[in-house]
Amino acid sequence: MKKLLLTACFVAVAGLAHADPVADREALMKSFGRSMGELGPIAKGEKAFDAAAVQTALATLNENAQKFDPAVLFPESAGPGESGSPNIWTNWADFEARATKFKTDVAAAAAAPPADVAALQATMGMIGGNCGGCHENFRVKK
Amino acid sequence: MKLLKALGLGAVVVGAVGLAGFWFLTEPKRLDAAVLASAGAAGDASRGERIFWAGGCASCHAKPDAEGDARLELPGGVALKTAFGTFVAPNISQDAVDGIGKWSFDDFANAMMAGVAPDGSHLYPAFPYTSYARMKVEDVADLYAFMKTLPAVAGRAPGHELGFPFNIRRGLGLWKLLYLSSDPVIALPADADPKVLAGRYLVEGPGHCGECHTPRDLTGGSRKGLWLSGAVAAEGDGKVPNLTGGEGGLGGWSAGDIAYYLESGFTPDYDSVGGAMADVQRNMARLPAADREAIAAYVKAIPPHPNGY
Ligand code: HEC
Ligand code: HEC
Ligand code: HEC
Repeated sequence: MKKLLLTACFVAVAGLAHADPVADREALMKSFGRSMGELGPIAKGEKAFDAAAVQTALATLNENAQKFDPAVLFPESAGPGESGSPNIWTNWADFEARATKFKTDVAAAAAAPPADVAALQATMGMIGGNCGGCHENFRVKK
Repeated sequence: MKLLKALGLGAVVVGAVGLAGFWFLTEPKRLDAAVLASAGAAGDASRGERIFWAGGCASCHAKPDAEGDARLELPGGVALKTAFGTFVAPNISQDAVDGIGKWSFDDFANAMMAGVAPDGSHLYPAFPYTSYARMKVEDVADLYAFMKTLPAVAGRAPGHELGFPFNIRRGLGLWKLLYLSSDPVIALPADADPKVLAGRYLVEGPGHCGECHTPRDLTGGSRKGLWLSGAVAAEGDGKVPNLTGGEGGLGGWSAGDIAYYLESGFTPDYDSVGGAMADVQRNMARLPAADREAIAAYVKAIPPHPNGY
Protein backbone atom coordinates (compact mmCIF):
# COMPACT_ATOMS: atom_id res chain seq x y z
CA MET A 1 0.00 0.00 0.00
CA LYS A 2 2.78 2.36 1.02
CA LYS A 3 4.63 1.45 -2.13
CA LEU A 4 1.59 2.11 -4.22
CA LEU A 5 1.10 5.51 -2.61
CA LEU A 6 4.71 6.37 -3.17
CA THR A 7 4.46 5.42 -6.82
CA ALA A 8 1.31 7.47 -7.15
CA CYS A 9 3.11 10.42 -5.58
CA PHE A 10 6.04 9.99 -7.89
CA VAL A 11 3.82 9.83 -10.93
CA ALA A 12 1.97 12.93 -9.76
CA VAL A 13 5.21 14.88 -9.27
CA ALA A 14 6.68 13.71 -12.57
CA GLY A 15 3.37 14.62 -14.15
CA LEU A 16 3.53 18.06 -12.58
CA ALA A 17 6.88 18.84 -14.14
CA HIS A 18 5.24 18.61 -17.55
CA ALA A 19 1.69 18.97 -16.36
CA ASP A 20 0.87 21.45 -19.03
CA PRO A 21 3.23 21.60 -21.99
CA VAL A 22 0.91 24.11 -23.67
CA ALA A 23 1.22 26.53 -20.75
CA ASP A 24 4.97 25.90 -20.58
CA ARG A 25 5.59 26.66 -24.21
CA GLU A 26 3.34 29.70 -24.17
CA ALA A 27 5.33 31.03 -21.21
CA LEU A 28 8.57 30.28 -23.05
CA MET A 29 7.38 32.04 -26.23
CA LYS A 30 6.29 35.04 -24.15
CA SER A 31 9.79 35.19 -22.64
CA PHE A 32 11.21 35.43 -26.18
CA GLY A 33 8.86 38.33 -26.83
CA ARG A 34 10.06 40.06 -23.63
CA SER A 35 13.72 39.75 -24.65
CA MET A 36 12.97 41.13 -28.10
CA GLY A 37 11.06 43.91 -26.36
CA GLU A 38 14.28 44.89 -24.53
CA LEU A 39 16.20 45.05 -27.81
CA GLY A 40 13.52 46.63 -30.04
CA PRO A 41 13.56 50.21 -28.72
CA ILE A 42 17.37 50.25 -28.97
CA ALA A 43 17.27 48.91 -32.54
CA LYS A 44 14.63 51.53 -33.44
CA GLY A 45 16.78 54.30 -31.97
CA GLU A 46 14.19 55.15 -29.30
CA LYS A 47 16.75 54.30 -26.62
CA ALA A 48 20.48 55.01 -26.72
CA PHE A 49 22.70 52.05 -27.59
CA ASP A 50 23.76 50.29 -24.40
CA ALA A 51 26.14 47.38 -25.01
CA ALA A 52 25.60 45.89 -21.54
CA ALA A 53 21.79 45.94 -21.88
CA VAL A 54 22.01 44.33 -25.30
CA GLN A 55 24.32 41.64 -24.02
CA THR A 56 22.06 40.89 -21.04
CA ALA A 57 18.91 40.67 -23.19
CA LEU A 58 20.60 38.32 -25.64
CA ALA A 59 21.98 36.16 -22.82
CA THR A 60 18.50 35.83 -21.34
CA LEU A 61 17.01 35.06 -24.74
CA ASN A 62 19.65 32.40 -25.31
CA GLU A 63 19.12 30.84 -21.89
CA ASN A 64 15.41 30.50 -22.64
CA ALA A 65 15.87 29.50 -26.29
CA GLN A 66 17.99 26.52 -25.21
CA LYS A 67 14.96 25.30 -23.22
CA PHE A 68 13.04 24.94 -26.50
CA ASP A 69 12.79 21.15 -26.63
CA PRO A 70 10.12 20.37 -29.25
CA ALA A 71 9.54 16.78 -28.04
CA VAL A 72 8.85 17.93 -24.47
CA LEU A 73 6.93 21.11 -25.20
CA PHE A 74 4.96 19.92 -28.22
CA PRO A 75 3.82 16.35 -27.51
CA GLU A 76 1.19 15.41 -30.04
CA SER A 77 -1.14 14.35 -27.22
CA ALA A 78 -1.33 17.96 -26.00
CA GLY A 79 -2.55 19.24 -29.38
CA PRO A 80 -2.31 22.82 -30.57
CA GLY A 81 -2.65 25.66 -28.07
CA GLU A 82 -4.18 29.07 -28.59
CA SER A 83 -2.42 29.72 -31.87
CA GLY A 84 -0.74 26.42 -32.73
CA SER A 85 -1.37 24.68 -36.04
CA PRO A 86 -1.86 20.93 -36.53
CA ASN A 87 0.93 21.24 -39.16
CA ILE A 88 3.39 20.88 -36.27
CA TRP A 89 2.72 17.13 -36.14
CA THR A 90 2.18 16.48 -39.84
CA ASN A 91 5.44 18.30 -40.61
CA TRP A 92 7.45 17.40 -37.51
CA ALA A 93 10.89 17.17 -39.15
CA ASP A 94 10.66 20.75 -40.46
CA PHE A 95 9.37 21.98 -37.10
CA GLU A 96 12.27 20.38 -35.23
CA ALA A 97 14.79 21.66 -37.77
CA ARG A 98 13.49 25.21 -37.33
CA ALA A 99 13.73 24.93 -33.54
CA THR A 100 17.33 23.71 -33.86
CA LYS A 101 18.29 26.51 -36.25
CA PHE A 102 16.70 29.06 -33.92
CA LYS A 103 18.73 27.76 -30.96
CA THR A 104 21.97 27.79 -32.98
CA ASP A 105 21.39 31.31 -34.33
CA VAL A 106 20.49 32.75 -30.93
CA ALA A 107 23.51 31.08 -29.30
CA ALA A 108 25.77 32.63 -31.96
CA ALA A 109 24.25 36.08 -31.41
CA ALA A 110 24.65 35.80 -27.63
CA ALA A 111 28.27 34.67 -28.02
CA ALA A 112 29.18 37.67 -30.16
CA PRO A 113 26.73 40.44 -29.21
CA PRO A 114 26.33 43.34 -31.67
CA ALA A 115 28.54 46.35 -30.96
CA ASP A 116 26.42 49.10 -32.52
CA VAL A 117 22.89 49.91 -33.61
CA ALA A 118 23.38 48.76 -37.21
CA ALA A 119 24.71 45.39 -36.05
CA LEU A 120 21.84 45.09 -33.57
CA GLN A 121 19.32 45.73 -36.36
CA ALA A 122 20.90 42.93 -38.38
CA THR A 123 20.74 40.62 -35.34
CA MET A 124 17.07 41.52 -34.77
CA GLY A 125 16.35 40.76 -38.42
CA MET A 126 18.12 37.41 -38.22
CA ILE A 127 16.33 36.36 -35.01
CA GLY A 128 12.99 37.76 -36.22
CA GLY A 129 13.38 35.72 -39.39
CA ASN A 130 13.59 32.61 -37.25
CA CYS A 131 10.46 33.51 -35.27
CA GLY A 132 8.45 34.42 -38.40
CA GLY A 133 9.80 31.51 -40.44
CA CYS A 134 8.51 29.04 -37.86
CA HIS A 135 5.26 30.89 -37.17
CA GLU A 136 4.55 30.98 -40.93
CA ASN A 137 3.64 27.31 -41.18
CA PHE A 138 3.12 26.36 -37.55
CA ARG A 139 0.90 29.09 -36.17
CA VAL A 140 -2.52 30.23 -37.25
CA LYS A 141 -4.78 33.08 -36.06
CA LYS A 142 -7.99 31.46 -34.82
CA MET B 1 -50.38 20.83 -79.42
CA LYS B 2 -49.99 24.16 -81.24
CA LEU B 3 -49.62 25.81 -77.90
CA LEU B 4 -46.92 23.37 -76.88
CA LYS B 5 -45.04 23.99 -80.12
CA ALA B 6 -45.28 27.72 -79.61
CA LEU B 7 -44.09 27.36 -76.05
CA GLY B 8 -41.22 25.16 -77.20
CA LEU B 9 -40.19 27.65 -79.84
CA GLY B 10 -40.44 30.44 -77.31
CA ALA B 11 -38.15 28.57 -74.94
CA VAL B 12 -35.65 28.00 -77.71
CA VAL B 13 -35.71 31.69 -78.65
CA VAL B 14 -35.36 32.82 -75.05
CA GLY B 15 -32.62 30.24 -74.54
CA ALA B 16 -30.75 31.44 -77.61
CA VAL B 17 -31.08 35.09 -76.58
CA GLY B 18 -29.90 34.13 -73.08
CA LEU B 19 -26.94 32.27 -74.49
CA ALA B 20 -26.07 35.14 -76.81
CA GLY B 21 -26.41 37.50 -73.86
CA PHE B 22 -24.20 35.25 -71.73
CA TRP B 23 -21.67 35.03 -74.53
CA PHE B 24 -21.69 38.80 -74.99
CA LEU B 25 -21.55 39.63 -71.28
CA THR B 26 -18.79 37.15 -70.56
CA GLU B 27 -16.56 38.19 -73.43
CA PRO B 28 -13.01 38.89 -72.16
CA LYS B 29 -12.29 42.62 -72.40
CA ARG B 30 -8.74 43.69 -73.08
CA LEU B 31 -7.21 46.98 -72.00
CA ASP B 32 -7.75 50.03 -74.16
CA ALA B 33 -4.97 50.63 -76.69
CA ALA B 34 -4.72 54.16 -75.33
CA VAL B 35 -4.08 52.85 -71.81
CA LEU B 36 -1.35 50.54 -73.08
CA ALA B 37 0.25 53.31 -75.14
CA SER B 38 0.33 55.59 -72.09
CA ALA B 39 3.03 53.36 -70.62
CA GLY B 40 5.33 55.20 -73.03
CA ALA B 41 8.86 54.05 -73.71
CA ALA B 42 10.32 50.78 -72.38
CA GLY B 43 10.06 50.22 -68.63
CA ASP B 44 12.95 50.53 -66.20
CA ALA B 45 14.05 47.24 -64.66
CA SER B 46 15.58 48.75 -61.51
CA ARG B 47 12.36 50.60 -60.70
CA GLY B 48 10.48 47.40 -61.53
CA GLU B 49 12.16 45.47 -58.74
CA ARG B 50 10.31 47.59 -56.17
CA ILE B 51 7.00 46.78 -57.88
CA PHE B 52 7.90 43.08 -57.92
CA TRP B 53 8.30 43.01 -54.12
CA ALA B 54 5.33 45.30 -53.50
CA GLY B 55 3.22 42.96 -55.67
CA GLY B 56 4.36 39.84 -53.87
CA CYS B 57 4.74 37.85 -57.12
CA ALA B 58 7.29 35.51 -55.51
CA SER B 59 4.84 34.55 -52.73
CA CYS B 60 2.83 32.55 -55.27
CA HIS B 61 5.10 32.03 -58.27
CA ALA B 62 8.42 31.08 -56.61
CA LYS B 63 8.85 27.42 -55.69
CA PRO B 64 6.99 26.61 -52.45
CA ASP B 65 9.30 27.51 -49.52
CA ALA B 66 12.01 29.04 -51.76
CA GLU B 67 14.32 31.36 -49.81
CA GLY B 68 16.86 34.05 -50.69
CA ASP B 69 17.77 34.40 -54.37
CA ALA B 70 15.68 31.35 -55.26
CA ARG B 71 12.68 33.66 -54.80
CA LEU B 72 13.62 35.25 -58.13
CA GLU B 73 13.07 31.95 -59.90
CA LEU B 74 9.41 31.72 -60.81
CA PRO B 75 8.48 28.17 -61.89
CA GLY B 76 5.19 28.32 -59.94
CA GLY B 77 3.77 25.41 -57.99
CA VAL B 78 2.33 27.07 -54.87
CA ALA B 79 -1.14 25.54 -54.35
CA LEU B 80 -3.94 27.80 -53.14
CA LYS B 81 -6.74 25.81 -51.51
CA THR B 82 -10.02 27.73 -51.65
CA ALA B 83 -13.75 27.05 -51.41
CA PHE B 84 -13.84 26.88 -55.23
CA GLY B 85 -11.10 24.29 -55.55
CA THR B 86 -7.30 24.30 -55.65
CA PHE B 87 -5.49 26.83 -57.83
CA VAL B 88 -1.83 26.29 -58.64
CA ALA B 89 0.27 29.33 -59.56
CA PRO B 90 1.79 28.75 -63.04
CA ASN B 91 5.35 29.20 -64.33
CA ILE B 92 5.89 32.92 -65.05
CA SER B 93 9.65 32.69 -65.55
CA GLN B 94 11.24 33.80 -68.82
CA ASP B 95 11.15 30.27 -70.23
CA ALA B 96 9.79 30.62 -73.78
CA VAL B 97 7.79 27.37 -73.64
CA ASP B 98 6.76 26.80 -70.02
CA GLY B 99 6.83 30.41 -68.82
CA ILE B 100 6.03 33.83 -70.26
CA GLY B 101 9.33 34.43 -72.10
CA LYS B 102 7.50 35.09 -75.36
CA TRP B 103 4.84 37.39 -73.96
CA SER B 104 4.75 40.96 -75.31
CA PHE B 105 4.22 43.88 -72.95
CA ASP B 106 0.60 44.07 -74.13
CA ASP B 107 0.08 40.39 -73.23
CA PHE B 108 1.56 40.98 -69.79
CA ALA B 109 -0.41 44.16 -69.08
CA ASN B 110 -3.67 42.50 -70.17
CA ALA B 111 -3.05 39.62 -67.77
CA MET B 112 -2.06 41.92 -64.88
CA MET B 113 -4.72 44.60 -65.24
CA ALA B 114 -7.62 42.96 -67.13
CA GLY B 115 -7.23 39.29 -66.16
CA VAL B 116 -7.10 38.24 -69.82
CA ALA B 117 -4.58 35.68 -71.14
CA PRO B 118 -2.88 36.09 -74.54
CA ASP B 119 -5.25 33.49 -76.06
CA GLY B 120 -8.15 35.72 -75.01
CA SER B 121 -9.45 33.57 -72.15
CA HIS B 122 -10.23 34.85 -68.67
CA LEU B 123 -7.73 34.30 -65.88
CA TYR B 124 -8.94 33.28 -62.44
CA PRO B 125 -8.91 35.97 -59.76
CA ALA B 126 -6.84 33.66 -57.51
CA PHE B 127 -4.24 35.72 -59.42
CA PRO B 128 -5.07 39.02 -57.69
CA TYR B 129 -5.53 41.15 -60.81
CA THR B 130 -8.64 42.57 -59.12
CA SER B 131 -6.07 44.61 -57.15
CA TYR B 132 -3.40 44.93 -59.85
CA ALA B 133 -6.10 46.53 -62.08
CA ARG B 134 -5.54 49.67 -59.95
CA MET B 135 -1.83 49.83 -60.82
CA LYS B 136 -0.29 52.53 -62.98
CA VAL B 137 0.47 51.13 -66.41
CA GLU B 138 3.99 52.68 -66.16
CA ASP B 139 4.61 50.56 -63.07
CA VAL B 140 3.46 47.46 -64.95
CA ALA B 141 5.93 48.37 -67.71
CA ASP B 142 8.74 48.67 -65.15
CA LEU B 143 7.74 45.32 -63.66
CA TYR B 144 7.75 43.75 -67.14
CA ALA B 145 11.29 45.08 -67.70
CA PHE B 146 12.44 43.70 -64.33
CA MET B 147 10.93 40.28 -65.00
CA LYS B 148 12.85 40.17 -68.29
CA THR B 149 16.06 40.16 -66.18
CA LEU B 150 14.98 37.05 -64.23
CA PRO B 151 16.03 33.51 -65.18
CA ALA B 152 14.16 31.12 -67.45
CA VAL B 153 13.10 28.02 -65.53
CA ALA B 154 11.77 25.02 -67.44
CA GLY B 155 8.89 22.88 -66.23
CA ARG B 156 5.17 23.39 -65.86
CA ALA B 157 3.37 23.53 -62.53
CA PRO B 158 0.47 21.09 -62.13
CA GLY B 159 -2.95 22.32 -63.30
CA HIS B 160 -5.78 23.65 -61.14
CA GLU B 161 -8.22 21.22 -59.53
CA LEU B 162 -11.63 22.81 -59.92
CA GLY B 163 -15.13 21.32 -60.10
CA PHE B 164 -18.00 22.44 -62.32
CA PRO B 165 -18.91 25.26 -62.91
CA PHE B 166 -15.67 26.87 -61.73
CA ASN B 167 -13.68 25.04 -64.36
CA ILE B 168 -15.47 27.05 -67.10
CA ARG B 169 -13.32 30.15 -67.60
CA ARG B 170 -15.93 31.89 -69.72
CA GLY B 171 -18.27 32.20 -66.73
CA LEU B 172 -15.75 34.54 -65.08
CA GLY B 173 -16.88 37.30 -67.43
CA LEU B 174 -20.00 37.93 -65.34
CA TRP B 175 -18.02 37.90 -62.14
CA LYS B 176 -15.53 40.39 -63.56
CA LEU B 177 -18.37 42.74 -64.57
CA LEU B 178 -19.34 42.85 -60.90
CA TYR B 179 -15.95 42.94 -59.21
CA LEU B 180 -13.21 44.13 -61.56
CA SER B 181 -12.66 47.87 -61.35
CA SER B 182 -9.65 50.15 -61.51
CA ASP B 183 -11.31 52.77 -59.29
CA PRO B 184 -9.84 53.38 -55.83
CA VAL B 185 -11.75 51.68 -52.99
CA ILE B 186 -11.42 54.50 -50.50
CA ALA B 187 -12.32 57.89 -51.97
CA LEU B 188 -9.83 60.57 -50.96
CA PRO B 189 -9.73 64.22 -52.02
CA ALA B 190 -7.00 64.99 -54.56
CA ASP B 191 -5.40 67.30 -52.00
CA ALA B 192 -5.26 64.59 -49.31
CA ASP B 193 -1.91 64.02 -47.56
CA PRO B 194 0.42 62.76 -50.34
CA LYS B 195 1.68 60.06 -47.98
CA VAL B 196 -1.85 58.67 -47.56
CA LEU B 197 -2.43 58.82 -51.33
CA ALA B 198 0.84 56.97 -51.96
CA GLY B 199 -0.17 54.40 -49.35
CA ARG B 200 -3.59 53.95 -50.94
CA TYR B 201 -1.93 53.13 -54.23
CA LEU B 202 0.43 50.57 -52.67
CA VAL B 203 -2.24 48.89 -50.52
CA GLU B 204 -5.16 48.85 -52.98
CA GLY B 205 -3.01 48.20 -56.06
CA PRO B 206 0.24 46.20 -56.09
CA GLY B 207 0.20 45.29 -52.36
CA HIS B 208 -3.23 43.60 -52.77
CA CYS B 209 -3.71 43.70 -48.97
CA GLY B 210 -7.50 43.66 -49.44
CA GLU B 211 -7.40 40.22 -51.07
CA CYS B 212 -6.72 38.69 -47.65
CA HIS B 213 -7.83 41.37 -45.16
CA THR B 214 -11.30 42.14 -46.64
CA PRO B 215 -14.22 39.72 -46.19
CA ARG B 216 -15.74 38.18 -49.33
CA ASP B 217 -19.29 37.39 -50.37
CA LEU B 218 -20.54 33.97 -51.50
CA THR B 219 -19.15 34.33 -55.02
CA GLY B 220 -15.74 35.36 -53.71
CA GLY B 221 -16.06 39.08 -54.44
CA SER B 222 -14.57 41.63 -52.00
CA ARG B 223 -17.10 43.31 -49.70
CA LYS B 224 -15.66 46.77 -50.25
CA GLY B 225 -18.00 48.32 -47.65
CA LEU B 226 -16.04 46.33 -45.05
CA TRP B 227 -12.65 47.20 -46.51
CA LEU B 228 -9.69 45.69 -44.59
CA SER B 229 -11.89 44.82 -41.60
CA GLY B 230 -10.55 41.25 -41.41
CA ALA B 231 -11.82 37.99 -42.85
CA VAL B 232 -11.94 34.25 -42.60
CA ALA B 233 -8.92 33.20 -44.68
CA ALA B 234 -10.07 32.60 -48.29
CA GLU B 235 -7.05 30.37 -48.79
CA GLY B 236 -5.81 28.01 -46.08
CA ASP B 237 -6.94 28.17 -42.44
CA GLY B 238 -7.68 30.70 -39.76
CA LYS B 239 -8.58 34.37 -39.62
CA VAL B 240 -6.95 37.40 -41.19
CA PRO B 241 -6.95 40.32 -38.73
CA ASN B 242 -8.89 43.59 -38.92
CA LEU B 243 -6.56 46.42 -39.96
CA THR B 244 -9.04 49.25 -39.38
CA GLY B 245 -9.35 51.28 -36.17
CA GLY B 246 -12.68 49.57 -35.30
CA GLU B 247 -13.31 47.02 -32.55
CA GLY B 248 -10.85 44.13 -32.75
CA GLY B 249 -8.64 46.11 -35.13
CA LEU B 250 -5.42 48.09 -35.01
CA GLY B 251 -6.72 51.15 -33.11
CA GLY B 252 -3.95 50.69 -30.57
CA TRP B 253 -1.14 50.58 -33.17
CA SER B 254 0.55 53.85 -34.18
CA ALA B 255 1.59 54.43 -37.80
CA GLY B 256 5.15 53.79 -36.59
CA ASP B 257 4.10 50.42 -35.12
CA ILE B 258 2.58 49.36 -38.46
CA ALA B 259 5.64 50.44 -40.43
CA TYR B 260 7.94 48.62 -37.99
CA TYR B 261 5.83 45.44 -38.23
CA LEU B 262 6.15 45.52 -42.03
CA GLU B 263 9.90 46.07 -41.70
CA SER B 264 10.78 43.62 -38.92
CA GLY B 265 7.79 41.33 -38.39
CA PHE B 266 7.43 42.40 -34.74
CA THR B 267 4.10 43.57 -33.30
CA PRO B 268 4.10 46.39 -30.70
CA ASP B 269 4.31 43.77 -27.91
CA TYR B 270 7.09 41.90 -29.76
CA ASP B 271 5.09 38.91 -30.79
CA SER B 272 6.22 37.92 -34.26
CA VAL B 273 4.42 37.76 -37.59
CA GLY B 274 3.09 34.37 -38.69
CA GLY B 275 0.89 32.57 -41.19
CA ALA B 276 0.53 33.91 -44.73
CA MET B 277 1.60 37.37 -43.52
CA ALA B 278 5.17 36.16 -42.87
CA ASP B 279 5.87 36.04 -46.59
CA VAL B 280 4.11 39.35 -47.23
CA GLN B 281 6.24 40.92 -44.48
CA ARG B 282 9.48 39.62 -46.02
CA ASN B 283 8.42 41.28 -49.28
CA MET B 284 7.53 44.53 -47.53
CA ALA B 285 10.93 44.54 -45.80
CA ARG B 286 12.52 44.90 -49.25
CA LEU B 287 10.72 48.19 -50.01
CA PRO B 288 12.13 51.64 -49.28
CA ALA B 289 11.18 52.83 -45.76
CA ALA B 290 9.07 55.63 -47.30
CA ASP B 291 6.76 53.03 -48.88
CA ARG B 292 6.17 51.27 -45.55
CA GLU B 293 5.47 54.65 -43.92
CA ALA B 294 2.98 55.51 -46.70
CA ILE B 295 1.20 52.16 -46.25
CA ALA B 296 1.00 52.79 -42.49
CA ALA B 297 -0.38 56.32 -43.00
CA TYR B 298 -3.12 54.96 -45.29
CA VAL B 299 -4.02 52.13 -42.90
CA LYS B 300 -4.46 54.72 -40.12
CA ALA B 301 -6.70 56.80 -42.44
CA ILE B 302 -9.26 54.20 -43.58
CA PRO B 303 -12.79 54.09 -42.07
CA PRO B 304 -13.09 51.95 -38.90
CA HIS B 305 -15.17 48.75 -38.89
CA PRO B 306 -15.60 46.04 -36.24
CA ASN B 307 -14.10 42.65 -37.19
CA GLY B 308 -15.39 41.56 -40.59
CA TYR B 309 -15.39 37.84 -39.74
C1 HEC C 1 10.45 26.39 -34.14
C2 HEC C 1 9.25 27.14 -34.12
C3 HEC C 1 9.14 28.47 -33.40
C4 HEC C 1 10.08 29.45 -33.23
C5 HEC C 1 11.53 29.47 -33.73
C6 HEC C 1 9.46 30.52 -32.50
N1 HEC C 1 8.16 30.19 -32.22
FE1 HEC C 1 6.81 31.33 -31.22
N2 HEC C 1 5.40 29.90 -31.43
C7 HEC C 1 5.56 28.72 -32.11
C8 HEC C 1 4.32 27.96 -32.06
C9 HEC C 1 4.08 26.61 -32.72
C10 HEC C 1 3.41 28.72 -31.31
C11 HEC C 1 1.96 28.34 -30.97
C12 HEC C 1 1.92 27.42 -29.78
C13 HEC C 1 0.50 26.95 -29.52
O1 HEC C 1 -0.37 27.79 -29.26
O2 HEC C 1 0.27 25.74 -29.58
C14 HEC C 1 4.12 29.94 -30.92
C15 HEC C 1 3.56 30.95 -30.15
C16 HEC C 1 4.18 32.16 -29.84
C17 HEC C 1 3.59 33.23 -29.07
C18 HEC C 1 2.21 33.19 -28.43
C19 HEC C 1 2.29 32.51 -27.09
C20 HEC C 1 0.94 32.49 -26.40
O3 HEC C 1 0.79 33.12 -25.37
O4 HEC C 1 0.03 31.84 -26.93
C21 HEC C 1 4.52 34.24 -29.01
C22 HEC C 1 4.38 35.58 -28.28
C23 HEC C 1 5.69 33.80 -29.74
N3 HEC C 1 5.46 32.53 -30.25
C24 HEC C 1 6.85 34.57 -29.90
C25 HEC C 1 7.99 34.09 -30.54
C26 HEC C 1 9.17 34.90 -30.75
C27 HEC C 1 9.31 36.36 -30.36
C28 HEC C 1 10.09 34.08 -31.37
C29 HEC C 1 11.50 34.44 -31.81
C30 HEC C 1 12.33 35.12 -30.88
C31 HEC C 1 9.47 32.78 -31.55
N4 HEC C 1 8.19 32.83 -31.04
C32 HEC C 1 10.09 31.71 -32.16
C33 HEC C 1 6.70 28.29 -32.74
C34 HEC C 1 7.92 28.96 -32.77
C1 HEC D 1 -2.03 35.00 -54.50
C2 HEC D 1 -1.19 34.33 -55.44
C3 HEC D 1 -0.64 35.12 -56.62
C4 HEC D 1 0.09 36.30 -56.60
C5 HEC D 1 0.46 37.15 -55.40
C6 HEC D 1 0.46 36.55 -57.96
N1 HEC D 1 -0.04 35.59 -58.79
FE1 HEC D 1 0.21 35.47 -60.80
N2 HEC D 1 -1.11 33.93 -60.86
C7 HEC D 1 -1.62 33.25 -59.78
C8 HEC D 1 -2.48 32.17 -60.22
C9 HEC D 1 -3.23 31.19 -59.34
C10 HEC D 1 -2.48 32.24 -61.64
C11 HEC D 1 -3.26 31.32 -62.60
C12 HEC D 1 -4.52 32.02 -63.06
C13 HEC D 1 -5.29 31.24 -64.08
O1 HEC D 1 -4.93 30.08 -64.39
O2 HEC D 1 -6.29 31.76 -64.60
C14 HEC D 1 -1.60 33.34 -62.00
C15 HEC D 1 -1.34 33.73 -63.31
C16 HEC D 1 -0.42 34.70 -63.65
C17 HEC D 1 -0.09 35.04 -65.02
C18 HEC D 1 -0.64 34.36 -66.26
C19 HEC D 1 0.25 33.20 -66.61
C20 HEC D 1 -0.28 32.33 -67.70
O3 HEC D 1 0.48 31.46 -68.16
O4 HEC D 1 -1.46 32.47 -68.09
C21 HEC D 1 0.86 36.03 -64.97
C22 HEC D 1 1.55 36.70 -66.14
C23 HEC D 1 1.09 36.32 -63.58
N3 HEC D 1 0.29 35.49 -62.81
C24 HEC D 1 1.98 37.27 -63.13
C25 HEC D 1 2.07 37.66 -61.80
C26 HEC D 1 2.86 38.79 -61.35
C27 HEC D 1 3.77 39.62 -62.23
C28 HEC D 1 2.63 38.91 -60.01
C29 HEC D 1 3.16 39.98 -59.06
C30 HEC D 1 2.85 41.36 -59.42
C31 HEC D 1 1.72 37.85 -59.63
N4 HEC D 1 1.41 37.11 -60.73
C32 HEC D 1 1.24 37.64 -58.35
C33 HEC D 1 -1.37 33.56 -58.46
C34 HEC D 1 -0.72 34.70 -58.01
C1 HEC E 1 -1.81 36.38 -48.30
C2 HEC E 1 -2.70 37.03 -47.39
C3 HEC E 1 -2.29 38.40 -46.86
C4 HEC E 1 -1.94 39.51 -47.57
C5 HEC E 1 -1.82 39.67 -49.08
C6 HEC E 1 -1.70 40.55 -46.60
N1 HEC E 1 -1.89 40.08 -45.33
FE1 HEC E 1 -1.58 41.11 -43.59
N2 HEC E 1 -1.99 39.46 -42.52
C7 HEC E 1 -2.36 38.22 -43.04
C8 HEC E 1 -2.49 37.27 -41.97
C9 HEC E 1 -2.87 35.80 -42.11
C10 HEC E 1 -2.17 37.95 -40.78
C11 HEC E 1 -2.08 37.36 -39.37
C12 HEC E 1 -0.62 37.16 -39.08
C13 HEC E 1 -0.34 36.27 -37.88
O1 HEC E 1 -1.06 35.31 -37.65
O2 HEC E 1 0.65 36.55 -37.21
C14 HEC E 1 -1.87 39.33 -41.17
C15 HEC E 1 -1.50 40.33 -40.27
C16 HEC E 1 -1.26 41.66 -40.62
C17 HEC E 1 -0.97 42.71 -39.67
C18 HEC E 1 -0.87 42.54 -38.15
C19 HEC E 1 -2.23 42.63 -37.55
C20 HEC E 1 -2.36 42.02 -36.19
O3 HEC E 1 -3.42 42.23 -35.59
O4 HEC E 1 -1.44 41.31 -35.74
C21 HEC E 1 -0.80 43.87 -40.39
C22 HEC E 1 -0.48 45.25 -39.85
C23 HEC E 1 -0.98 43.52 -41.78
N3 HEC E 1 -1.26 42.18 -41.89
C24 HEC E 1 -0.89 44.42 -42.82
C25 HEC E 1 -0.94 44.05 -44.16
C26 HEC E 1 -0.69 44.95 -45.25
C27 HEC E 1 -0.38 46.44 -45.12
C28 HEC E 1 -0.79 44.22 -46.41
C29 HEC E 1 -0.54 44.66 -47.84
C30 HEC E 1 0.76 45.20 -48.10
C31 HEC E 1 -1.12 42.86 -46.02
N4 HEC E 1 -1.21 42.79 -44.66
C32 HEC E 1 -1.32 41.83 -46.92
C33 HEC E 1 -2.58 37.92 -44.37
C34 HEC E 1 -2.26 38.76 -45.45
